[in-house]
Amino acid sequence: MTTRRLRLDNTVIVLFALIGVIIIGAVLVSTVGRNFFSDGNIRDILTGMSVLGFVAIGQTLVILCASLDLSVPYVVSLSSLIAAETMQGRQENILWAVILTLLVAAAIGLANGVIVAGLKVNGFIATLGVGLIIKGYLATEYKGTAGSVPWEFQLVGASGLGPVPISTIIMVGLAVLVALFLRKTRTGHHMFAVGGNPAVSRLSGLRTWQPVVVAHVMCSVMAALAGLLLASRLGVGSPTVGSQGGYDLLSIAAVVLGGTLLLGGRGSIWGTIGGVAIFAVLDNVMSVMQVNPFLKDVVRGIVIVAAVAIYTGRAIERRRARFSKDASGSAGTPPVDAEVAR
Amino acid sequence: MTEQRVVEKREHDPGTPVLSVTGVSKSFFGVRVLHDVDLELFSGRVHGLVGENGAGKSTLMKIIAGVYERDTGEIVLAGEAVDHTHPIQAMRAGIATVFQEFNLLPERSVAENVFLGREPRRAGFVDNKGMASRTAELLAELGIDFIDPTARVGTLTVAEQQIVEVVKALSFDARVISMDEPTAALADNEVELLYEIVRKLAARGVAVLYVSHRLKEVFDLCDTITVLKDGALVSSGPAAELDTPELVRRMVGRSISTFFPPVVAGTAVGETRLSVADAGNAYLDGIDFELRAGEILGVAGLQGSGRTELAEAVFGAVPFTRGRVELDGRPVRIANPRAGVKAGLALVTEDRKAQGLALGQSVVDNALLVIRGVFARRTPAARRTVPGILSSLEVSSRGLDQEVQYLSGGNQQKVVLAKWLATGPRVVVFDEPTRGIDVGAKIAVYQLMRELAHQGVAILMISSELPEVIGMSDRILAMHDGRLVAELPGDSTEEAVLLAAAGHASGAAA
Repeated sequence: MTTRRLRLDNTVIVLFALIGVIIIGAVLVSTVGRNFFSDGNIRDILTGMSVLGFVAIGQTLVILCASLDLSVPYVVSLSSLIAAETMQGRQENILWAVILTLLVAAAIGLANGVIVAGLKVNGFIATLGVGLIIKGYLATEYKGTAGSVPWEFQLVGASGLGPVPISTIIMVGLAVLVALFLRKTRTGHHMFAVGGNPAVSRLSGLRTWQPVVVAHVMCSVMAALAGLLLASRLGVGSPTVGSQGGYDLLSIAAVVLGGTLLLGGRGSIWGTIGGVAIFAVLDNVMSVMQVNPFLKDVVRGIVIVAAVAIYTGRAIERRRARFSKDASGSAGTPPVDAEVAR
Repeated sequence: MTEQRVVEKREHDPGTPVLSVTGVSKSFFGVRVLHDVDLELFSGRVHGLVGENGAGKSTLMKIIAGVYERDTGEIVLAGEAVDHTHPIQAMRAGIATVFQEFNLLPERSVAENVFLGREPRRAGFVDNKGMASRTAELLAELGIDFIDPTARVGTLTVAEQQIVEVVKALSFDARVISMDEPTAALADNEVELLYEIVRKLAARGVAVLYVSHRLKEVFDLCDTITVLKDGALVSSGPAAELDTPELVRRMVGRSISTFFPPVVAGTAVGETRLSVADAGNAYLDGIDFELRAGEILGVAGLQGSGRTELAEAVFGAVPFTRGRVELDGRPVRIANPRAGVKAGLALVTEDRKAQGLALGQSVVDNALLVIRGVFARRTPAARRTVPGILSSLEVSSRGLDQEVQYLSGGNQQKVVLAKWLATGPRVVVFDEPTRGIDVGAKIAVYQLMRELAHQGVAILMISSELPEVIGMSDRILAMHDGRLVAELPGDSTEEAVLLAAAGHASGAAA
């Protein structure tokens, strides 16, 4: 007989928090005479989720490996430009443009990964540097939007099934694939291991650089997907669309809000999606209620800090107690939480 | 409990050892820590390895595990000479080691930890179900049915985590499993479970190397006992031919007591400085002792006995939650290190790199660390006195601006001492004051203790080095399982102290 221990997973907490935010949001929205659950409003929320969702899924992988990716906003911008300029408004260029965009992004991710795992440069600094390089390139080569996207490609960002945008469906589909990747591949398993404790991983015979490089490549490719989606929505490529979205810090915030440990080794894709959804619902509710934009950031900030404080409080592990804290002379041992079978 | 599986005995010829170590020596930085040691492990037998701290047990174990490379000698595993340079090679060859510091990922499941790096796959994908069921099978072979293979390791008790390490070893099909002080972190009721597991491993045909300070366990479990002293083999033979007093006699008696400096002339043990009555916390219970001005009070205890916890409780790092503490006759509550420092306490921690020094800062900044943090107004004055303190300790550095990380262990320890001397402490708690420093620096530390005692400072010295405890202390407290179990005079024999710290009635044989 095995007894399964009840464990209040961080992902479960995020889910509850999301439900709470939705309920509170729905009530608040109804006080101004609007319906939170209307098709239009749900479409707005889901649309708000998809771009950040792509970026945050990738960011989750990188953070699981105890690295970070600050280059994502510039990869997003660059990708929108490569896609729009390669397509030149022509339908027959779509496939080739998408492939080229993803390849360039993968190369950037490879560079990030090699700098972090090979040269042992801290992920924060490495990706900040790579991000600045891309930023500099964008600033010198582009004065404004460029290229154009054909109508067929714009449909991706504009159409939906009922209230559910196609882009959200793609994003959630990707989340499923990445969650399966983490669960069903050795590289996925080893991301947790390397992020959790590189020394243990090395002693267990792992090549500790490999999961880190893979995570960075996947993260950049996800950022490129976000760039493609933005190009589809805008109809053009933009050198500033990524940095205006603040996808670097917002994606990290969504990942952490989703219960993934910033130090690596623990976390989940579904937590991240929950974090992204919480942000999207908060934004939506505050927009509908016409809250002052400054207050919006205040609320976001409070949510992030509160979430991390809650997780940290739960994570503090102490040395094992031998005696009860107050009662003197209480002999021996604390209750062992599994029965010792004989 | 599920019905006991019939454990299959591995084919083995009782005449030839599964692992034999011959003539192994090892030196670190010119200091020989193992000298021409032999060891033979037989399939299905439990082999005890005992010796005092510094006798070379851990070094020998790590050489077998592939963590260290030996300088000379030969290791033969099942008839083949082996030369492992990485622990994973030894693991794959069937030599597994359960270290005191577990090599587990607390955020991952039991099964994921057991098969880390070797996750079974089906059609290219990790077979999570298969992994869990194979882990469950391995657990069942040990008769363990209360660990869920999908449980997160961080939610398990220390004893359960240890079982996970053993299961990991079994999953490599280990022929040899060594265990380093496996009961150090266990509660009494868990020790019995570990015994059963060790016996099941032996019944399965595994050769177990059991390294422990705790002689009772060694007698309870082992068929053969090897004694090391000062890196050399003393004896190796059947456990049945030994008893506790004889074993202790073989372990102790190192010939180094000559370098303990004598008490400084004119040192007088004065009034009670620190008195602790019926105190305890989650790790300690019934702590009762008095420490006098000018006295060096030694505390001896085995690993896991609560030695460090006592130091931390007195200083306020992990404070007492019950009981009374008096300083110079006045009741005090030392709830945190800041309160401890203000009351005139100092703690020279066991781990100077992690807890004693800011490694990237200079010698002088480290020496001023406590003054600046707690007695900021005294900083200008201390800036003038600290160089004198450092030079009287003979800290050798390339100037006071050198970062302490580049100093030797002994000089680092002197900087830690300077940091505390600058505060003019009334009570100094030393936790393993000479760990990892060379003989010259050791003598310097001992002389400083004598000098402090001469000045009337009260010293509580916690140490796992018995010669040090006996060579330096006026009185000795023996600690066992979080309690002070005996008080012995400073001129006790190592034998008596070791027996007391092992939980035997003071001085008497089991």
